[in-house]
Amino acid sequence: MKSAIIVFPGSNREGDMARALQQAAQHQPAMVWHAERELPKGTDLVVLPGGFSYGDYLRCGAIAGRAAIMDAVRAHAERGGLVLGVCNGFQILCESGLLPGVLMRNAHLRFVCRMQYLRVEQTNSRFTHKYANRQIIKVCIAHGEGNYEADQTTIDRLEGDGRVAFRYCNAEGVLGGMANPNGSRNDIAGIFSEKKNVLGLMPHPENLIDPLVGGIDGKGLFDSLVCAA
Amino acid sequence: MKARVVVTLKNGVLDPQGKAIEGALTSLGVADIASIRQGKVFDIEISAQDPTQAKQNLKIACEKLLANTVIENYSIEI
Repeated sequence: MKSAIIVFPGSNREGDMARALQQAAQHQPAMVWHAERELPKGTDLVVLPGGFSYGDYLRCGAIAGRAAIMDAVRAHAERGGLVLGVCNGFQILCESGLLPGVLMRNAHLRFVCRMQYLRVEQTNSRFTHKYANRQIIKVCIAHGEGNYEADQTTIDRLEGDGRVAFRYCNAEGVLGGMANPNGSRNDIAGIFSEKKNVLGLMPHPENLIDPLVGGIDGKGLFDSLVCAA
Repeated sequence: MKARVVVTLKNGVLDPQGKAIEGALTSLGVADIASIRQGKVFDIEISAQDPTQAKQNLKIACEKLLANTVIENYSIEI
């Protein structure tokens, strides 16, 4: 599987993402600068990594969402190519119109950086088929704007079409209350596009791929991607 | 020509920052604060001479970048 990681000014998780992809695919991903206009030939997966692109100026992901390379990313997604956005990458996907809705300021106004349990809501996708249905996984989160919000029609469509990929939960898999770290609507942590070839999520699976740093629950996502391509 | 664009959250969209400011003003003893919504102001210098054209360009700027129309409204003053 050939992957390309888009690097914006202020991205800071591209190295972690590259390590996770390298481990799963035995292939070094290409690093693509945001000012480029084309993706490397034969790219299967485009990744928008976490960080603080353009210092989160204006709105998180707003300026990166209109970068030169995003036209190529949009065309790749329209062709059915895979796109993964993590944290700031998820915000960029929403701002660029590749995913619906918006990520607002955390309801309690604080930046959260901690371990977080998620429930896998949809295993019928090229990103999640290596997980078990309703599997509880432990990954980490680090964001100040992860409060997913969309109008009721959009929420109903996401829920009805099985496009919620992950929800925040506690260790027992119970949703809501203190298990929701940011006030996100319906405890949504990640969503798919209509064709399920674009995934955006706030948590960082790329940081949980090595037992040395707290667990390997993030590996399922990368193993799924490798088997899909 | 000078223009001002004001971007505000749509009604019904939760504004935790506005809420926090509201709470802070109340705790400072400022009287009669019923509610606060936070927004953004952009002061823009425009080189075009025609106000109609300027307004049209600013509308494009708002739709493309300055406002996220999923959650925000904008107004343009020239």
